Amino acid sequence: MVSLTLDKVGVTLGRRAVVTEVSAAFEPGTLTGIVGPNGAGKSTLARAMLALVPATGRVLLDGEDVAATPRATLARKIAYLPQGQVLHWPLTVERLVGLGRLPHLAPMSKIAAADDAAIARAMDRADVLGLKDRIATELSGGERARTLFARALAVEAPALIADEPLASLDPGHQIDVMELMRSEADAGVLVIAVLHDLTMAARYCDRLLLIDGGTVAADGTPAEVLAPERLRRVYGIDARVETGGDWPTVTTLGRARG
Amino acid sequence: MSRFQLPRRALIASLAALALVAGLVSLLFGAVDLSLARLLAAATGDGDRIATTILFDLRLPRTLLGLAVGAMLGLAGAALQGYLRNPLAEPGVLGTSNAAALGTVAAIYFGLAALHPAVLPLLAIGAALLSLALLFLLAGNAESPLTLILAGIAVATLAGAGISLALNLSPNPFAAMEIMTWLMGSLENRSFGHLWIALPCIGLGTALLLWNGRALDALTLGEDAAQALGTDLGRLRLRLLVGAAIGVGGAVAVSGAIGFVGLIVPHLVRPFTDRSPSAILLPSAIGGAALLTIADLGVRLIPTTNELKLGVLTAFLGVPVFLLHLMRERRIW
Repeated sequence: MVSLTLDKVGVTLGRRAVVTEVSAAFEPGTLTGIVGPNGAGKSTLARAMLALVPATGRVLLDGEDVAATPRATLARKIAYLPQGQVLHWPLTVERLVGLGRLPHLAPMSKIAAADDAAIARAMDRADVLGLKDRIATELSGGERARTLFARALAVEAPALIADEPLASLDPGHQIDVMELMRSEADAGVLVIAVLHDLTMAARYCDRLLLIDGGTVAADGTPAEVLAPERLRRVYGIDARVETGGDWPTVTTLGRARG
Repeated sequence: MSRFQLPRRALIASLAALALVAGLVSLLFGAVDLSLARLLAAATGDGDRIATTILFDLRLPRTLLGLAVGAMLGLAGAALQGYLRNPLAEPGVLGTSNAAALGTVAAIYFGLAALHPAVLPLLAIGAALLSLALLFLLAGNAESPLTLILAGIAVATLAGAGISLALNLSPNPFAAMEIMTWLMGSLENRSFGHLWIALPCIGLGTALLLWNGRALDALTLGEDAAQALGTDLGRLRLRLLVGAAIGVGGAVAVSGAIGFVGLIVPHLVRPFTDRSPSAILLPSAIGGAALLTIADLGVRLIPTTNELKLGVLTAFLGVPVFLLHLMRERRIW
């Protein structure tokens, strides 16, 4: 189990300050949704958590600065699913998911020595076991997204950061992926997901971090964060938030006027 | 699983057998017709002086150089394709070979090559290193193959311009001829002296490039994911840059610019593997050794008035690979 702490994290890309002064702490066993409008700095913040962009302030994983942690060590502690579906070679699904085991291979061992059981487990959980011999670049968008998700699961790290894991998934598979992340969190994994669907986020996340203009606009339970007046200010939308059910549901009514 | 995929050991063993046979056959043919009996006698130590000299001082170094240079070019192509995530990347296409040739041309042109035997390979390596550094700098971290191709064109054009300048300013037709010979690439009349120049460079280059299998596999998912999987991109880039420059530079210093081996071989071996970058590294090296040896056999056997230059033949062999990619891109095939 690991915990992750952001201490006044800032990221400047080119001349633009994309993330400024973000502080937050993430505990094992929680599923946190990072939400916010396009260009708010969500993905950059996620990348800063893995030291993939130079950042000011500190990102601490179990008290150790990630920027000073060797990549190989970090790779075993945080699994990362980047945004988009980049796949440069036509590997089979099984081989692709197996890449998730790279951080665990001994330095000189063969790549083929990867842990087959862990690969099968990850494929099974992401529902791609039936696709294992298919060529990943020839899959449909949804199948490919699930394959890449399985690749991140195969790392079996104590922390998982997923950047828009629901993109290009149909509603059924969106629920599958959210439930997977929920069960990961319930098993003690620290899960952080960048999400766009607020109702999905509200239904499954313990906590939401609303990012706007590179800073934290709100941080709390979904019911606390998803207030209509805040959504109006941050997203520029009129929304109806119903809190009567098991989870808050957000219905977008239209662009906010005036 | 790919339709033609072979177990890795079977693939490597068949390629090695092919390279071995090509190497042995290559010892049988040359400018002088020697009977098998005379060659066998020479090989076992009781042949006549002419046959022994031809076999050990001419054909053996040529064959060994063909194997070594081919292995280096095949591997460099496979490694660059993996790093740049582009099946068209190759030392020849990206201007590396031409830059190294420019280095050797400069060494000859300014009379530096006569100072010390190490000057020629060092200049070739230096020029290859510069060209690759420039390429990586121009291509940046772009994931787009187009950026890379553009950067490759820029580097290759620069190297080409340098060579044209050398041709333009060459003091006499003989100097121009010598430069042209380097550009076309050949293994004709090479001695063990050449082999001793090339082998250390090729050995070091091979070691540096073969090391990167895992990191190249991780790059299949893009740079962010590769880093998150534990890849140190800076070190990977350094190993590739230095390995390819030393290896290709050392090879070009003795053989001249032989293009397209690094394009053709990975393309031929990839269907027999799981298509991951790591799986084609070693097979591309062995396959490159076999291909270049066979091509070098070809230039000796194809009847022409002057011996055909090796780089000319490999360039012709490279064209179909481009056509195939073009047809796939246009979905004709």
